[in-house]
Amino acid sequence: MPKKSMREAINEALHLEMARDPSVIVLGEDVSGGAGGTSGQRDAAGGVFGLTKGLLPKFGEHRVIDTPISESAIIGAANGAALAGLRPVAEIMFSDFIGVCFDQILNQAAKFRYMFNGAKAPLVVRMTVGAGRSAAAQHSQSMHALLSAIPGIKVVMPSNAYDAKGLLLQAIRDDDPVIFLEHKMLYNDTCEVPDGDYTIPFGEGVLVREGEHVTVVATGQLVKLATGVVDRLAAEGVRCDLIDPRTTSPLDEELILESVRETGRLVVVDEAPPRCGFAADVAALVAREAFASLRAPVATVTPPHTPVPFAPELEREYLPDAARVERAIRSVLAH
Amino acid sequence: MTAEQDVITAPKPASAARHHDGLTHEQLLSAYRQMKTIREFEERVHVENASGAIPGFTHLYCGQEAVAVGACEHLTDADYIISTHRGHGHCIAKGCDVVGMMKEIHGRRDGLNGGKGGSMHIADIGKGMLGANGVVGAGQPIAVGAAIACKLRGEGRIAASFTGDGASNQGTVFEAMNMAVVLQLPKVFVFENNGYSEHTGASYGIGCEDIVKRIEGFGIPVWQADGFDFFSVYEAMGKALEVSRNGGGPTAIYCETIRYFGHFEGDPQNYRAKDEVQRYRAEKDCLLKFRARMEANGGLSTDELDAVDREVGALIERAVQEARNAPRPRAEDLLTNVYDNY
Ligand SMILES: Cc1ncc(C[n+]2csc(CCOP(=O)(O)OP(=O)(O)O)c2C)c(N)n1
Repeated sequence: MPKKSMREAINEALHLEMARDPSVIVLGEDVSGGAGGTSGQRDAAGGVFGLTKGLLPKFGEHRVIDTPISESAIIGAANGAALAGLRPVAEIMFSDFIGVCFDQILNQAAKFRYMFNGAKAPLVVRMTVGAGRSAAAQHSQSMHALLSAIPGIKVVMPSNAYDAKGLLLQAIRDDDPVIFLEHKMLYNDTCEVPDGDYTIPFGEGVLVREGEHVTVVATGQLVKLATGVVDRLAAEGVRCDLIDPRTTSPLDEELILESVRETGRLVVVDEAPPRCGFAADVAALVAREAFASLRAPVATVTPPHTPVPFAPELEREYLPDAARVERAIRSVLAH
Repeated sequence: MTAEQDVITAPKPASAARHHDGLTHEQLLSAYRQMKTIREFEERVHVENASGAIPGFTHLYCGQEAVAVGACEHLTDADYIISTHRGHGHCIAKGCDVVGMMKEIHGRRDGLNGGKGGSMHIADIGKGMLGANGVVGAGQPIAVGAAIACKLRGEGRIAASFTGDGASNQGTVFEAMNMAVVLQLPKVFVFENNGYSEHTGASYGIGCEDIVKRIEGFGIPVWQADGFDFFSVYEAMGKALEVSRNGGGPTAIYCETIRYFGHFEGDPQNYRAKDEVQRYRAEKDCLLKFRARMEANGGLSTDELDAVDREVGALIERAVQEARNAPRPRAEDLLTNVYDNY
């Protein structure tokens, strides 16, 4: 199977689905780039991270829409286009900017179906998340916990190129509003990705590693980090179930609970802030549903309750690292 | 004036009373020094960035110096400004410590923001600089709030916000303009059209004929200036301030200019014609223009201008050396300044 980066996999999914379904449109700032520029080169950027490259020449300006810097209008327009029967894929360059358009997500997209007697709003909002590039406090946040707290929208968080392609194809075909979160640090990561069409259903996590001693749940870019730790520990006989939920809403609760019922121990590794966060949510789920199986207090590995810092040393300190994940696993084993 | 700039010993004017273009000799020197400082700072950051010494995203202001300096030359520390993601020029023009800025951009512990903010978030509240901002358009309503404070205190203070052509499409900017009019605030909107928002030309992104008509639509008087010419911007800002400082409500100035570098450092700039920047650099550069005017009307001598160049060169060199040698943040710094108390 060919190896592709997550950037290529996402780009390929967009190409495939736009070719298959004429109701799919793409809109956002610089999704092609070059409009009104002096070089005359359209598709000069193909998105700031190059994810939408090549779509404009293939599908034209009616379907690949460069917008002004107007996030409220971008998401509002995606909402309206979806209600009117299109399948818009909107891009918000950095998820931090949802601050500008949150009403359109929180009060509009998320509520249409419920308020409007089952109205379909099949839109996707792609956005980058995460720290690791010294992009500081307004360009590095992880939004999945905040967004997953909103009933009515689905939240997808791929951790590798294969999943990204299958989950994005699913997202565009899904009849609900879907927020698709792409971690900046994963764009260049490669793995085997088939050329053709395939989808991955929402709410089905994946067991990345199997083991009977500890359950580790990790999300997004931290799946890679956790895999490294789990593999190292396996060499000394500590065997972990490593679960990547892939979507944080819906959440594959059963996979997590089944695993904890077997291992009796849980470590959650996540990049969202700790208060009312994803890790706390999973810990509460397990405490609620599988308390009797727990042989140790649940451990969580998250950033501290601070904004994301700029200086690389501080950002490294902020993000969960392998040592902290290992310590957490050992701490639950010590009980 | 920053502490750093105070130590620069400017050549004494031949006659203290000498005025050119309505500015004193000291003001002319200061204007040139500020523009030159921004230029040197930016060109050096460009080099340091390419060397890998500067983390994160960096957006350079080079080419637009006349706007920041022409506007801020009228302001004191008691006035407020708020900047954009392309903030170095505004910060320097408002008097932020250049060495502290360089340290901040390098992510150092004693940088202006303790290494927590970096290039996109330089602020110095004591200098009336309410922050460079990573969210396009976010600054304008914040400046509305600062203008409310100015009005309440009634000391003739004003708040100014800098807004790009791209940012002028943002809803927050529309809301800020309307609210400033409704509340009749001492606020100057400085619109700075450098032709692009990221990879998109202004001619594409702005739906109406021009930004000036849009501003006027809110009931805000606009003075247009040549963004390559310090004197033009200075004059326009002076007129706007006369209205806004004296209870006449919000005003705006509109300047067309150009950025010499890419949107961010590392931008391949495929959207731009190859000769575009060279042409502007050769024909319209604000520093060359300023020098030519001084040499023609005798406002400042070539020796004086050259002396400023040398002083600024030394200042930026010192800033880089100090930044390189400055201490890096420590792990415990991560948890400071999240709250005043918790
Ligand atoms: C709310 C928001 N949307 C998008 C961005 C990404 N972005 C950063 S700068 C920029 C272009 C701004 O253009 P303009 O206002 O003309 O300023 P210039 O970069 O030309 O100085 C964009 C789209 C952002 N930082 N914030």
